[in-house]
Parts: sequence; C-alpha cells; structure tokens
Amino acid sequence: MQYLPNLLFALALFVGVGFFARNVRKLSRNIKLGKDVDRTDRKSDRWKNMIMIALGQSKMVKRPLSGFLHIIVYVGFIIINIEVLEIVLDGLLGTHRLFQPILGNAFYGFLIGTFEVLALLVLIVVIIFWLRRNASNIKRFLSTEMKGWPKKDGNYILYFEVVLMSLFLTMNATDSAFQEAGIGNVISQFLVPIFDGFSPEKLHLIERSAWWVHILGILIFLNYLYYSKHLHILLAFPNTYFANLNPKGQFSNIEAVTKEVKLMMDPDADPYVMPEEGAEESELEKFGASDVTDLNWVQLLNAYTCTECGRCTSSCPANLTGKKLSPRKIMMDTRDRLEEVGRNIDANNGQFKDDGKQLLNDYISPEELWACTSCNACVEECPVNIDPLSIIMDMRRYLVMEQSAAPQELNMMMTNVENNGAMWQYSQQDRLNWAKED
Amino acid sequence: MIVKTMAEYFAEGKQPEILFWVGSAGSYDDRAKKITKAFVKILNKANVQFAVLGTEESSTGDAAKRAGNEFLFQMQAMMNIEVLNGYEVKKIVTCDPHSYNTIQNEYPSLGGKYEVYHHTQFIQQLVKDGRLEIDNETLQSKRVTFHDPCYLGRANKVYESPRDLIRRLGVNLTEMKRNKSTALCCGAGGAQMFKEPEKGDMDINILRTKDALETKPNIIATGCPYCNTMMTDGIKFHEKEDQVLVKDIAELIAEANNL
Repeated sequence: MQYLPNLLFALALFVGVGFFARNVRKLSRNIKLGKDVDRTDRKSDRWKNMIMIALGQSKMVKRPLSGFLHIIVYVGFIIINIEVLEIVLDGLLGTHRLFQPILGNAFYGFLIGTFEVLALLVLIVVIIFWLRRNASNIKRFLSTEMKGWPKKDGNYILYFEVVLMSLFLTMNATDSAFQEAGIGNVISQFLVPIFDGFSPEKLHLIERSAWWVHILGILIFLNYLYYSKHLHILLAFPNTYFANLNPKGQFSNIEAVTKEVKLMMDPDADPYVMPEEGAEESELEKFGASDVTDLNWVQLLNAYTCTECGRCTSSCPANLTGKKLSPRKIMMDTRDRLEEVGRNIDANNGQFKDDGKQLLNDYISPEELWACTSCNACVEECPVNIDPLSIIMDMRRYLVMEQSAAPQELNMMMTNVENNGAMWQYSQQDRLNWAKED
Repeated sequence: MIVKTMAEYFAEGKQPEILFWVGSAGSYDDRAKKITKAFVKILNKANVQFAVLGTEESSTGDAAKRAGNEFLFQMQAMMNIEVLNGYEVKKIVTCDPHSYNTIQNEYPSLGGKYEVYHHTQFIQQLVKDGRLEIDNETLQSKRVTFHDPCYLGRANKVYESPRDLIRRLGVNLTEMKRNKSTALCCGAGGAQMFKEPEKGDMDINILRTKDALETKPNIIATGCPYCNTMMTDGIKFHEKEDQVLVKDIAELIAEANNL
C-alpha cells in the first residue's frame, strides 16, 4: 500500500504524456497533409533565426510593453519547469524535495527562491494580460475573429497560469519543514500567516493537495495545448527554424508553370508530341490553393503556431482602413479547416472523405483575399515569422488561374499586359515617347 | 536629355555601363515620366553611359504575379529575360521598386541573373564615387518626410539609401510615426493600383497621407511611381496640395542641382 501514491503518480504521468504524444502525432500528421517545400538549406541561418526570434524573443520586444511582459511569463515558464523535474522525480520515487540534499541548502534555496519570485511576477503579469484582454480597449483583442472560443481560449490560458502559480506558492507555504529551514521561501513566507493555527496534519494535507493538483494541472495544461492557440510555446521553435529566408518581396515561381511557358516559347517544341509514358496518369497539377491540402506544410505549421496575438492585423493597411481582410483570421481559418480535415480523416479510417467544403469561400472569402496589398507588414510584424501573405497569394492564384475569378478591373489590366506589355492600354511602340517629350 | 537604346549601343558594338529599366509607369504615366526624366538628367550629369530597352521593354509581370496570374508573369519574365540576355545585360537600374524586386528576386530562377539597383542606391553610389555632387543649399529650408515603398523597404530591406540622399540635400528629414519596417503601405501594391479598393472606412492612401501630414512636411519624398500617385491623391483629398508637394528623390536631386 505504501507505493500507492507512486503508482498513481506514474499512471497520471503515463496517461498525461501518452495523450500528449498521441496529439503530437496527430498534429504532425495534419501538418504533413501540406505539399512539400524544401527548407533544408542554410542551416546556420535557420538556427540563428530560431535562437534570436524564438529563444531570444527579438521580435516580441518591438512592441516594448507587451514584449517585456511576455518575456517575464516566458522566462518564468522555462525556469519554473526545472522545478517540475523535481516534482516528477519526487512523485515517481516517493521522495520529498529530492534535490535539496543533492544541491545543498544554499543552492537549492537560491533556485527555489528564484522560482518563487518568478511565480509572483508571472502572477502579476498574467493579471495585467487579463486586464488588457478583458477590461481595456486594445483593438486587436476586440476584432470579430476574436469573439467566442478564441477569446475564451485566451482567458483559459491565463486562468491556468494563475492557478498553477498559486498552487506552487501554496505548496511551499504549507510545507512546514521547508518554511522552518527558511531557505528560498522568499515569497511563500508571506503566505504562511494565512495558515496560522492550522494543525500539522491539516497543513500537510493542504501541502499534499496543492502538490498533486499542481502537477495534475500541468499535465492537463500540456494536453490543453493541442486544442489551444497556446501551441506556440512549442511550435515557435520549428516555425522560426523553417521560416522563409528569402527577401520578403520574393514570391515563389510555380515550377509547373515554368515548364509550360518554356514549352510554349520554344520554337523547336512539337505541339503534337505525345505525352511521356505515364504522364496522363499523373493528375494535372492544380494551380494555387483552394483548400489546406493545396498549401505547403510550412504554411500549415504556421497555422498551428499562430497564437492569435493580432500584431499582423493591427499593422495591416487593409484592416486598418476597415476592409474585411485580417491576416490573423487567415491563419485561424487555415488551422480551423486543417483540424476539420484532420477530424474527417480520423472518422473515416485514415481517408479523407469529401465534405463539400474547402478553405476558400467556406472560411476565407475572395473579398478578403483581394483586399491585400502584398505589403508584407503582417509578415514583418509576426513575432514568430508566420507568413499569412503566402497563403493569400496562393489562394489568389487559384482564383485567377483555376477559376478566372479576378475582379473585372484586374482582368482588364492583365489583358493589357498580354496584348501590349503594359498594365494600361498603350502601344508598346510608344514606350520611348517620353524621351522625345520635354 | 541624352537617351540611347540598347539596340543603338549594340549596333555600335558597345556595352553601356548600365541598363535603365524604365518600367511601365515610368514609360506611360504622365506623373511618373517626370521621375524618369529627372533620373535621366542625373545620369547625364554624372556622365553615366546608360541604355534603355525602349520599345523592346515590356511589363515585368509584377502586377500580374501579385494579382495571381503566375502564367502571365512567367511569360512576361521569360520574354524580358530573352531580350536582356540577348544584349548580355549585367547591371540594371530602375526607379520602380516593383521592377527592382521582381527582376532581382524573381527573375534569377527563370534564367535572368543581373545586378539590380534601385535608383536611390545607384545615385548614392555615384555620390560616393565622386561622380555626382548633390547641392545641399537649394532645398535647405524644406521639411521632408520619406514614405518607404513596401517593395523597397520591407520587401528588400533598403531603408538607408533614400534617406542618405535626402540628408545630402541639406533638408530637414522628419520621420513619420510608422517608418522603415513599420511603414504603412500607400495602398497601391499587390495590383491594388489597378482596381477599386474593397469596401472599408477609408482608402489606404488617405490614412498614409495623414501619417505624413502629421510631420508637417513641405515635401513628401517617395521612391516609387505608384506610391507617388497614391500620396499625391491623398494630399488632394486632405486639400493640402498647395502646401505639400509629393516628389521622387530623383526629382528633388534634379531640382536641387538645377538640372
């Protein structure tokens, strides 16, 4: 019977981590539904990006207030996780504060003291975050796409953090031996008076309960990630690693188009030549994207990484002037549709069954796509290098090349380019007229 | 104004120092043609042997590509590349950030590899090499703010060349609240120039000129013919066209140097 807590703990850990692993596999499967794109080049630049942008938060601080507050929570999260290691080992081995004798009182006290200070700071910042989201007039938190679940999701994450941090401090405050030793209880000592007059048994019960709820809460939070925008705490790292490294103005050239254009322009090409063996079996390539499976896997990774902060939308010229386009919504729609496709595959034994829906129209309207000026403000702003513009462009390509559904004025512009090599109806023969005018 | 075509150089068996890619706006648009001419005057003044393609130039395909028509873009690109490679062009200068971006970034994988410069970069080089002096007195009393073209700034991280030239004019350069990497688009990019905007509260150029007017400028400087049009229209909307001029940096230099 004395090993029952250890067994229960091991079971909880196994279930918690097991579910998480299952969700990670699903996540990875969904991301791989995207088309291939090569991001294996320039490894040192990629590592540099990841270290600077994800680990170093270099783009977060471009907005100093939210950037600074975020860094507190981020550092708190990473450092306090060292304590989780001790908690897990204690739980499995049935020990109590296993690291204390190993590290020695001075160093252990220093570590726990640091954790306590960070826990308090995180608590304060999380309350500020909650006020920013719920009691102030910050436009990017009030957009239409933030209504309903996204708003709740944001708040749930904050509540989780409040509970976890409070439990951590309570657990320390009610640990009589720890308080008596007086090492590292820099914050929790001020909570001790709350429990004044409690019997040692009661204190121990509270301490044990706080300990258990804290670690179970962490396991639940870990599994909440998959359903939440909070996935960025993990995916920011691969996302910044695999992000586009080319100049932002460089849009991809579709290779299949290059082949066709080359063939068209080659005077020696035989238009009646039989297609190569097997060519007719391969499906004709679809130009552009109308659904998530037409996007590449980095774009899908982007969608899962997005934490809906809305910096992109708050810098988008179209959105700032009241147009329907919101780059954040593009990312949220992409993820929502991708998850829908994923659930469809799960429900149909690993095969996607046509559900009559797609990303275009069912989620993202042409009106949104055509409002984009391709100015790259959203790409520049994203603290984790998400590229909403590439999705917008791929969907425009589908509208134009598969559906001929460009706005009328753009069709006229393109007809002019085709006919006379300019966006306006001027003869190519007049291109040099300016040189003769004064 | 001396303007020679690539064909003329070729007939003489010579190779110019640079090819000046005029671009569609610079060739046909009345406002943009003034920028083209101002830049040519600067090139003439600095004795730069340059050529234009003239009637052999065609749209880079930028607008078609951003509108989603990859097919038309690549047709245009390959036609242009054939002409450029036929003349063995190595170095291209353009006053249009869209042409600059497309030729520099999107032509190479289609077979067109050139050294490409925005005119502000090229003029800066002329100044550094001692081939051109910029008068720093004529415009001295002016307050100037610079609007970053998206395809020069964010797209290619060219923020300093235009600012360096403006400073050399001896003017008072003031920055808008949104500048460089956070600059607001003028509203023309992504083929928006050629269509009506979607429904909203206001046009983007109105918002951007508001940014500019907050700096109380005499002149809004740009480095893009499309930005120039949008900013000019925005200034008219705010009824400030009598007080605030919208000028390309090439025009300011030509004016300062009395070219």
